[in-house]
Amino acid sequence: MLLNVENLRVSYGKIKALHGVSFNIDAGEIVTIIGANGAGKSTTLRAVSRMVPVESGSAMTCMGKDLLKFPPEKVVSELGITHVPEGRRLFGNLTVMENLQLATFARKDLDNVKKDIRRVFQIFPRLEERKSQASGTMSGGEQQMLAVGRAFMSGRRLMLLDEPSMGLSPLLMMNVFQALKEINRQEGTAILLVEQNARLALKFSQKGYVLENGNLVLEGDSDTLINDPQVKKAYLGG
Amino acid sequence: MTFTFLMQNLINALQWGSFYALIAMGYSMVYSILMLFNFAHGDIFMVGAYIGLGVSLGLLSLFGTGAAAILPGWVLLVLTILISMFLTAFVGIIVERVGYRPLREAPRASAAITGLMIGIMLETGNILFLGGQRFKFPQLHQFIAHTKWGMAMRAMAYDYVVVPLVGVPMNTIAAMTFAIGSALAAAAGILFGLAYPVLDPYMGVSFGWKAFVAAILGGRGSIMGACLAGFMLGFIEIMTVPAIQIMNRLFSLNIGSNLRDLIAYSIVLVILVFRPHGLFGQAYSSKLRL
Repeated sequence: MLLNVENLRVSYGKIKALHGVSFNIDAGEIVTIIGANGAGKSTTLRAVSRMVPVESGSAMTCMGKDLLKFPPEKVVSELGITHVPEGRRLFGNLTVMENLQLATFARKDLDNVKKDIRRVFQIFPRLEERKSQASGTMSGGEQQMLAVGRAFMSGRRLMLLDEPSMGLSPLLMMNVFQALKEINRQEGTAILLVEQNARLALKFSQKGYVLENGNLVLEGDSDTLINDPQVKKAYLGG
Repeated sequence: MTFTFLMQNLINALQWGSFYALIAMGYSMVYSILMLFNFAHGDIFMVGAYIGLGVSLGLLSLFGTGAAAILPGWVLLVLTILISMFLTAFVGIIVERVGYRPLREAPRASAAITGLMIGIMLETGNILFLGGQRFKFPQLHQFIAHTKWGMAMRAMAYDYVVVPLVGVPMNTIAAMTFAIGSALAAAAGILFGLAYPVLDPYMGVSFGWKAFVAAILGGRGSIMGACLAGFMLGFIEIMTVPAIQIMNRLFSLNIGSNLRDLIAYSIVLVILVFRPHGLFGQAYSSKLRL
């Protein structure tokens, strides 16, 4: 098991966001968490990447190591868990190339870094055309590509994706998801995907969880979930 | 009005300006990365000067002076500057760790007040415990523009929340920023000590505020601007005195040279009226986050 999360609880001040959530991800697996706005999907990802503090009793392990012992930057550089945040959050004042290079800050294998940058440009040829451009001036689709590329550069054991389809045209969205599939297949990168677009997410993934008001209420194979009458009614528009 | 008189003033202006420039660069450096003015910075300049004094005395007693000297004087000076910059950098790191890191999510005003308080603590600490070659700027610019540390600093200036998400240790970068800024202040402190060998615990206050003016004049967060504005400020301040003297003689006026600061900073005010973002500052909108 790659990632095991037990009884994850997170609060923002007095507001409880997650009431003891448990799930797991195997190596190379694509898992999705679907749910309505405010259900706690983004919070779950933020807890795994250690961006928000968790309450006592929560337990997370990555390959048997206690994830809570790692500060956020080490979750990336030592465990290989990367987080592509909602809204991409690129460093808009840095060029495309600099965004990719910065993501290798903690890496020592400089020869592989060059190879990996070539690999990113192979997956997203558009980024190579724009490599000297300030990333803040690119279109939404290009920015999403760079956000994925940046995560790819910093680690690739598990990628946490927060609403990657947001604000993208259907064509660009397909583009990004195809690239993600390619990364998953060729690098064995596991993916934890959080999406509003539940149909897309369930088609893309192998396993799914349904999150409601900070509780996981349903889990199963994505093929099963997509035909589940309850899921259909609540998240797939009938 | 002889040539030597003018030359002397010019040299003084350059020297005075270099103090302002070095301190102002430290202000700007920290501001450009962390979006806050470290108001304790003037006092770090003072601490740097004292550390420089201590280090030079220590080195002199170790390696001797005059005929018995083991090392030539210039080597001692270079060593003094390097060691003091290193030690003062640590003071900067401690200030960041103790004073600013706990307040990173707090309102900006809290951090500003903390800075002022740390400044007062450094001054009184000095009283309590003691009874009361220039760092090349193009290298600094190169550092920020082209190394991975510089890249991380610029990224932090843009969106510090995300910095750890790409595997960059944010606290290390913040500490590094303070370390470099403080090392610059130390260099200024030693240069000051060489020219005006009287140090006092409050020397950082007036220098610190004037260098802060230079940092604003240069454009908030622009290191190059801070350097240039520092020299400009030194030049305006020093040259105001001979200018007053010339005016007095030509028009038989009787303006006192104690009006120096009033006149010098009125000029600064006029410049800011026409360039409110400073000489090299970006308009605020270009920093707008979407």
